[in-house]
Order: sequence, then C-alpha cells, then structure tokens
Amino acid sequence: MARITLRQAISDALREEMQRDENVFIMGEEVGVWGGTYAVTRGFHDEFGDKRVRDTPISEMVIGGAAAGAAMNGLRPVAEFMTINFAMLALDQIVNHAAKVHYMFGGQMKAPVVYRAPGGGGRQLGATHSHTPDVIFAHFPGLTVVSPGTPYDAKGLLKSAIRSDDPVLFIEHATLYQLRGEVPEEDYTVPIGVSEVKREGSDVTIISYAQGLQVSLEAAEQLAKEGVEAEVVDLRSLRPLDMGPALESFKKTFRAVVVEEGHRGYGIGAEIVARLQEEAFDYIDAPIKRVAQDETPLPYSQELEQMALINPDKVIAAVKEIV
Amino acid sequence: MDKETLLDWYRQMVLIRRFEQRSAELYQQGKIGGFLHLYIGQEAIAVGSIAAKAEGDHVITAYRDHGHAIAVGADLNAVMAELLGKQTGVSMGKGGSMHLADVSRRYWGGYAVVGGHLPLATGIALAEQYRETENAVLCYMGDGATNIGYFHESLNLAGVWQLPVLWIIENNNYGMGTSVDRASAAPILDKAKAYGMNGEQIDGMNVMEVYETTQDCLQKIRDGEGPQFVEMITYRYEGHSMGDPLRYRTKEEVEKWREDDPIGVLERHILDEKAADQEALEAIDGEVEERIEAAVQFAEESPLPEPEALYSGIYVEA
Repeated sequence: MARITLRQAISDALREEMQRDENVFIMGEEVGVWGGTYAVTRGFHDEFGDKRVRDTPISEMVIGGAAAGAAMNGLRPVAEFMTINFAMLALDQIVNHAAKVHYMFGGQMKAPVVYRAPGGGGRQLGATHSHTPDVIFAHFPGLTVVSPGTPYDAKGLLKSAIRSDDPVLFIEHATLYQLRGEVPEEDYTVPIGVSEVKREGSDVTIISYAQGLQVSLEAAEQLAKEGVEAEVVDLRSLRPLDMGPALESFKKTFRAVVVEEGHRGYGIGAEIVARLQEEAFDYIDAPIKRVAQDETPLPYSQELEQMALINPDKVIAAVKEIV
Repeated sequence: MDKETLLDWYRQMVLIRRFEQRSAELYQQGKIGGFLHLYIGQEAIAVGSIAAKAEGDHVITAYRDHGHAIAVGADLNAVMAELLGKQTGVSMGKGGSMHLADVSRRYWGGYAVVGGHLPLATGIALAEQYRETENAVLCYMGDGATNIGYFHESLNLAGVWQLPVLWIIENNNYGMGTSVDRASAAPILDKAKAYGMNGEQIDGMNVMEVYETTQDCLQKIRDGEGPQFVEMITYRYEGHSMGDPLRYRTKEEVEKWREDDPIGVLERHILDEKAADQEALEAIDGEVEERIEAAVQFAEESPLPEPEALYSGIYVEA
C-alpha cells in the first residue's frame, strides 16, 4: 500500500468518482483554473474541463443551493466551500433545504449532494477563519456530517458520501492535509455512521475524530510510556453518530475523555458525555472529561492561539486526572 | 386563443379561487393549521404561465403555492389532504400548505424561506443544461424576494452560467405589509438589467398576456439567449396570510384592484369573443364547486399519518 497524504486521498477519491460516474461534478470558488485553494483539485480542470469542474463566483448561498438543486434533478454535485467558515453563509441552504426536502415533501425528492469544507484552527487565520463549527451542522436531522482523521478514512468516506443518496457535509481539517497514511490502490469505501477503535487500550477511553484523533493518538503514545494504555475511538461520522465502539470501550475502561477541536460549550463532548451517562451510567468510575477549545474567539498571535487549542498535553493532563 | 383553451383557463382559475376560499373556511374552523397564504387575485399568473410551459419544464415557487400546484395538475384531493395534514396529502402530511410538491409533474414545490428556492432553481436548471436538454425552469417569487441576498447570487450565477431559468416576479405590491416602494431601492426591472437581462413588465391580471409573454421567454431560453426575467403586476385581495390585520392598505385600494380581477378580465374576454355564454361559465362554476367539495370530503375522510411516519424518510438511506 502506498503512503499518501490526506490531501492526495481526497483528490484521488474525487477523481475516481468523476471517472466512475459522469453525473459527478465539482463546483466552488477557485476549484478549477486555480486548482483549489488547498490544491485538492489541482489538474482537474485540465482533465475534466469546464462542464465538470466549475468555478463559481464568491457566492456561498447559491453554491449551497445550486448544488442541492442539481442533486434534486439527478446530478451528483460535490460543492466545495473554500472554508467551513464560509459554509456558515450557506447554512440555510444546507440545513433548511438540502437536509429537509426529502422529509418535508414526503419522500418525493432527494438531494444527494456533497459539501466539502476545510476548517479548523491553528493556522493564524484569526477569529473569522478558524472555526470548528462542526456541531452546528451536526445538530440537524436530515444532514449527514462526516470528518475523517486519516487518509484511509478520508478517501473511503468521501466515496461513500458521493455515492450516498443523502446530503453529506464532508469536513476536512486543514492541518491534516499533509498527514500521511496507508491507502490501498483498489476501490474501497468506508461506511458512513460507523465509529472505529483506532488504538486499543484498557485503562481509559479517548473519544475523538478528525484532528482531535491525531492529537489523541499522540497523547496515547506518550501515556503508554508512562504505563497508561488508552483506547482511542474515532467517531468519523458526527451524524449519524455511532456510539457502539465508544460504549463498548467505556464499559471496559470505566473512564473516558472526549477530545474535540470545537468550543467546549454545547459541543460534541457534551453530546458524547450525555450519551455515556444515559447508556452506561453503572460503568462510570470517574468524571468524564472534555478536552476542547477554550471559550474565546481565536486570536491571530500564534502563542495565544495555541493556548486556546487542544494538544496532546491537555489530553494527557485530563487522562491523569481520572486514572 | 381557441375556445377550449380559454374555457380551460377559466375553469382552472375559478378552481384555484374556490379552493382558496374553501381553505380559508377550513382554516377558520381549525381544520388547517400553521400558516395559510392565499393566492386569490393572482390566479392568472400560475394558470397562464404554466399553460405555456413544455412537459419537460420545471416549476418551483415560494410558500404561496396552492395555485401552482393546481395549475400543474396535481391531484386536487391530495392537495387538500395535505392542507389538512393527512396521510394522503401530496407530501404525506409532512409539508403542509407551504410545502406542496408534485415531482411527477416536475413541480418541485413551495419553499417557505423567502428566496430560498432561487438557488435550487439554478441547480435544477444546471442539471438540464448539463444533460443538454431543452428544458427550462419557471421560478416564481414575490416582489419581496428581490430584496434578499439569494436573489442577487442566483440571478448572477444564472447569468454567468447562462442557465435556462425564467424568473417570474409576482409583484403583488406588498412583501407582507411593506409596499414595494418602501422596500426596494430601485424599480424591480432595474435589478434584472444588473444581471444582464432586459426583463419585461406585464399585466399579471391578464391570463392571455401572461401566457404569451411566458411562451416568448421560454422560446428565448430554448434559442440560447440565456435566463429571462418577467415582472407580472398583480394583487392579492386577501392578507399576506390568514390573520393579517391589513393595516397597510385601504379598502378603496382593494376595491380599485377588483376592477382588474383576473377572473373578471377573462370572463369579459370570453363573453366579448363569444367563446361561451354566461350559462356555460356558470356550468363550469358548478363543476368546480363539486370538485372542491369532493376534495374536502376526501381530505376529511382520509387517515392521519401513522405515528411511525414521524421517524421515516429523514434519510433516503435509513
């Protein structure tokens, strides 16, 4: 198996799906001639042409809605938001239109659209360009929200997203684009709505996804040197949320830490902790901890920004409070 | 226009009006819930423009959507059942008055966020252009929608990509209770020009004019002239929705517009042209009455959705 970057994995998934199905096309700001602001679609315009690689004006609302409309009328659009921060401009199209038409019209139509959105902090982009607002989107039934933490999952999940008959928000953490991992040459998919244990351990359960997964795995390696074996569960999909592996692990370790890059308040962690106490109350041996972004806007200054974000040390400290 | 067509339009317009009047009664009896926006006064637009569309063309509109549903030929019983929230409704009781659709007739429905369906219309049109068909999208909106961001992004994108969309503005003079001149900094037609379209303003109370203009616009789209824009001047005789206090206009104004009642305009035309006599029109009124009562009976006797319906159909892939 080749070791490729997460960026390459996403690019390969897109290219292979476009080769497989001519109804798959991509649209967004600078996806064509420029090659994608994160270079994910470099070379696509030459390979597939104007019709299937469509540069749009800077108009997030209509990007969100035109992609949904094209999907309703039989195509398989992959619409890219330059960042998830800008996808918030299209929130109404994503959650109030794409995610609702199937239910609201009694099953008469479907909107099999994929929205790709890079996001996350840690790049000194300041308060408006550094959000991890995953939970906002994950709040709404009707939308599927996935966010991979490895190149393998990125490719397999994106293929599942494109083949899904439901609208999917595919969140890419921009700091993971250079992450390398093994990805097979042959066609494969990773199922949506299936969590996975990424590292086995018996002392504590760390539940995370996306960039938080990598932070958690790094923390787990360091903890192992100190004799603490952490089991790391990767959610991969935020909606539908598969609590199976997390619950199974928690019933074994009786201790858990939830790690997410978004803000602590009303976050993914809040949901996971609630589910653990609802469904495994008798197994709680210690407070379930949350490691998340501080409750501040993200500042430009690198030192200040890093203070607010999650890192392995914060995860290790949280684990040590409960083991 | 031949006699059969004129009488068919008359039949449809009276059907819409009586449907709306009957809906208002059912709303007041508490049998219809939520919001109810009546199409009374605007019937010529849905009927005339939909008559001009080809079979493959698409229709999409806002929340004042009963007239379009009836004009595309959606089953009247199922439309009424939807208003009553029944299992047999066009949207299985999950959509209600604002969310009627009949995708089998390429009617993508009513949408309740002002302007929210305009981006969808561009996408539906994009899919037709992508497949290299001659089909177009008739996208209806009120005058109020021309002030929202969706309008500008959608018209711009349709222009840049030369999408086959006919933007139809149903200018009924008010966005809820705010008149056009209090809400729009420029005449609506000027906004079309900003996005590369000449646009046209016509009398939306005259079904013949609506039909002919729509036909011309659709032909231009099929001839490769890109998206088209038409502002149809009309008036709603009832409030924005049920419960509108109507403080923003005078009775005199409403009465003045009644002289242009679209059904009255067509009726006079039919009688002047001797396409039919008063007796024949009254016979149509009677038929309509029976159809409406049958639809109400069907809706009232239909079952409510099963409790399981709450949880079904959230995703295609369960």
